[in-house]
Amino acid sequence: MSALQDKYKELIDTANSSGISNLQISEQGNVLHIDGDAPDGASKDKLWDIYNKIDPDYRAGDLVLDVNVAVTSGSKAKVTTDSTNLNIRKGPGTDQEVVGKAAHGETVTIQSKTNDQWWLIKTDGGVEGYTYAQYLSPQ
Amino acid sequence: MKITKTFIAIFLSASVLFFSCKPKDSDVQTNINQKFAATPECTGATASVADGVATLTGEVKDDACKNLAGTTATGIKGVKSVVNNLTTTPPPPPPPPAPAVNPDTALTQGVTDATKDFPTVKTSVNNGEITLTGSIKRSDLKTLMQSLNTLHPTKINNQLTIK
Repeated sequence: MSALQDKYKELIDTANSSGISNLQISEQGNVLHIDGDAPDGASKDKLWDIYNKIDPDYRAGDLVLDVNVAVTSGSKAKVTTDSTNLNIRKGPGTDQEVVGKAAHGETVTIQSKTNDQWWLIKTDGGVEGYTYAQYLSPQ
Repeated sequence: MKITKTFIAIFLSASVLFFSCKPKDSDVQTNINQKFAATPECTGATASVADGVATLTGEVKDDACKNLAGTTATGIKGVKSVVNNLTTTPPPPPPPPAPAVNPDTALTQGVTDATKDFPTVKTSVNNGEITLTGSIKRSDLKTLMQSLNTLHPTKINNQLTIK
């Protein structure tokens, strides 16, 4: 086991035991990459808590933790912004026109996952567009 | 008549002498290959000699090297003719066209999106590496780092001042 895998052993062990699918652990230029799909947001958060415990404030620059919550079309997600409304945009990018807003705490329907950053959603009010995935918690 | 016989005898013995003086194929072959070894352009060429005919085989860099090897072999004593079967290394395929989208461009766009709500965070992207400077609230750090980690960077250098 490499030094990096040793350092993040608790994280790797937890990833293995918490149902992360497509789990891939690799090393590139002294950076450990952990990729996979988490069954839910709680599993992802658990990994991030362990990451922060091993490497406080994520300073070391020796890990890329790319574990994302797997989402299915038609499932619901809650808007988890700090307090503000979430922009709904015409396309996947902050340079795209805002076509609507989803309120903090509102539940929306996931239409499709464009990539790990942008999901196409529809509000109960009928507004459809792209939102930044970081502020959505699949239910 | 006697003179004619004498001439024939002289001719025959001269022939024998002549043939015995002819360089042996194996020596000719060695001479050619030594010459090739001393000529960088001929790297890859090998000669084999039979009855004074030098056959060149192998792969050399280009046509100029192939011709040089042929001329070199022709110039060796004892070579009656040269069969130049050398092949040339095909030129390397042209480099693939530069990708239409520089990966850093896509990454920079992703970083711009991820940091939109954190105006105090400054970023730079180089060769797939994201470097963060400026400042951020500790409560926002995890959100930002989670976003950035989904962008498939090769590395994230976190030099943020955490408030």
